Amino acid sequence: MTGKRRDSLLILVPALNEEGAVGGVVRAIRESVPGAPVLVVDDCSTDGTIAAARAAGAEVLPMPHHLGLGGCVQAGYKLAFELGFEYVIRLDGDGQHDAQDIPRIYETLRRTGCHMVIGSRFAEANGSNTSWLRAVGIHFFRLVLRPVLGKPVRDPTSGYVGVNRKALQVFSQSFPLEYPEIEALVVLQRKRFVFEEVPCRMHPRRTGRSSITPLKSIYYIVHVLLGVFVNVLKYERRAPKPKRRS
Amino acid sequence: MDRLMDIMTGLSVLLIVLVLASVRRAHIRVEYSVSWLLGAAALLVLSRAPVLLNYVAGRMGITYPPVALLLIAGFVFVIIFYRFSVIISKLKDDNIALAQRVAILEYHLRSRKGSIAG
Repeated sequence: MTGKRRDSLLILVPALNEEGAVGGVVRAIRESVPGAPVLVVDDCSTDGTIAAARAAGAEVLPMPHHLGLGGCVQAGYKLAFELGFEYVIRLDGDGQHDAQDIPRIYETLRRTGCHMVIGSRFAEANGSNTSWLRAVGIHFFRLVLRPVLGKPVRDPTSGYVGVNRKALQVFSQSFPLEYPEIEALVVLQRKRFVFEEVPCRMHPRRTGRSSITPLKSIYYIVHVLLGVFVNVLKYERRAPKPKRRS
Repeated sequence: MDRLMDIMTGLSVLLIVLVLASVRRAHIRVEYSVSWLLGAAALLVLSRAPVLLNYVAGRMGITYPPVALLLIAGFVFVIIFYRFSVIISKLKDDNIALAQRVAILEYHLRSRKGSIAG
């Protein structure tokens, strides 16, 4: 698996105890983008996630111990960067993201030249496939992020994300470890990188249950708000504004 | 007041003995025991030297010296906790970077073995 080819694409699937879903996810990806390597980053699963992913045709990067979502995704980004990939698209291993949307994200990355493309549940009318609690949280973060990012973002918590090589380099060096989606947006904004959103479909989880409880939701909000605040304060790392041509 | 001072002395001595025993058994590294020992020693000295404690309390504008001692103890331990939070955060970052590097190296090794095996 190498990314020496121009426009090379890697599909990244972080997974933790997704034995029942990950095989189907990998097969769906291989149908949607034949030829694109699929890397499942296993966060020390205790079930047969690794075997299921390999049986479905994915490469697997097993973590030596549990790192959490951010650490797991960053490991995948680091490997992709080292192997020379131009684009990486990340989707969840639980089957919630529809692999048929990968070509749209990939095409947007290549056509627009933007650094990040978010697969958004809310870019089209099919945006109600989420719990009311999560919908309230997403609305809250939209309001918070609007002035920080300088443009509206409709689905800031989406884990369906494509990045180009420049963003890959940034994320290889610095990536939020817990609840990374929103903070990652702010990290890119500090570099004056550009993101786009494209509509994507969401399905209910194929197996297992979400680990988010009401108490964890409150922790999530506080944690992410703090992360956004801290990243906004990192003025020294902020890239200068591009000069206007006279 | 004397009783409270005695309790503080006892707690300080207990803390010093506990930390020294932990260092001896290699449960705490020497460099991380210094903060605890210095903090406990300061509390021991203040609880056994009423003149010094009265002076410090006076400088702090506190009329009841044991309150000054408790305030100082609280502040010392907050500083120690802060210092350890910084150390733990750095250790966690290093640990994650190391785990990622190990995983990536193992991946390269497996790929190499696979290509050699044909």
